[in-house]
Amino acid sequence: MTPAIGETAPTFELPDTEGDRHSLNGGGEAAAATVLVFTCNHCPYALAWHDRLLDVGRDYASRGVRMLLVNSNDAERYPRDSYDAMRARVRDDGGWPVPYLRDEDQQVAHAYAARVTPDVFVIAADGAIVYRGAPDADHGDPGLAAGWLRDALDDVLAGRALGRAETRPVGCTIKWRQ
Amino acid sequence: MAAVTQPRVELLYWDGCPSHPQALVDLRAAMADAGLDPDAVEVREVDTEHGAADERFVGSPTVRVDGADVDPPPEAEPAGLTCRVYRLRDGRFSPVPDPAVLREALTDAMRRSAL
Repeated sequence: MTPAIGETAPTFELPDTEGDRHSLNGGGEAAAATVLVFTCNHCPYALAWHDRLLDVGRDYASRGVRMLLVNSNDAERYPRDSYDAMRARVRDDGGWPVPYLRDEDQQVAHAYAARVTPDVFVIAADGAIVYRGAPDADHGDPGLAAGWLRDALDDVLAGRALGRAETRPVGCTIKWRQ
Repeated sequence: MAAVTQPRVELLYWDGCPSHPQALVDLRAAMADAGLDPDAVEVREVDTEHGAADERFVGSPTVRVDGADVDPPPEAEPAGLTCRVYRLRDGRFSPVPDPAVLREALTDAMRRSAL
């Protein structure tokens, strides 16, 4: 069952491509908001939105926003989503500004009822899910700049009710283990 | 002048990827632009790994004109049920082929048939 907007986000701890473990609460100073993105290596929708999402991670880091990218796909059937392939991708890009986490047993994707890649969640400082959906309206238009996600962050950082709390995530289905 | 015959145009898709409706719209528009019958496109679903291997289907959507992939994948690309990643001419990633690539594949096929 999908956690609803306003409900507490499921906690987790996952390794990034360097082997460092990351939890939702960060284990230290609380983030002003956390962006959790289910994504992957092999999906054209995830790739099309990738740079826009990283730009959000860079642009909002100074405002206390933390971004975590999570790959939950079954690597047996989709080897391009293996942990090794994730590490190679980050290395080949010269590093990413946000951690790329491996959800090997898919428990985090199940906990969030993630459906596709990318599937974006925004979690407020109190742990409540305040946005779920797509980064913006069109994977094919980089000019949209993940505007729906930015709007959600601007609202939550300003302490406002979100103007758009939920949109339809668009992308490749999460590749569940069989 | 030799008569131009309608090339065989196929769209192969896997339902687990949401891109094929857009690919069909783009393909039919390219066929209409080329003076071809847009309804002549053969649309086939590939829904098993076995079927993907038989069809040499490397991802959804795949568009073939007279049997040739409009955007040939690398030789080693494995067959399978997955979403296919395309690169548009401007370098962007896309779940569907560049419409310009579709138009060129169709006009090339028509040119060959007229020889």
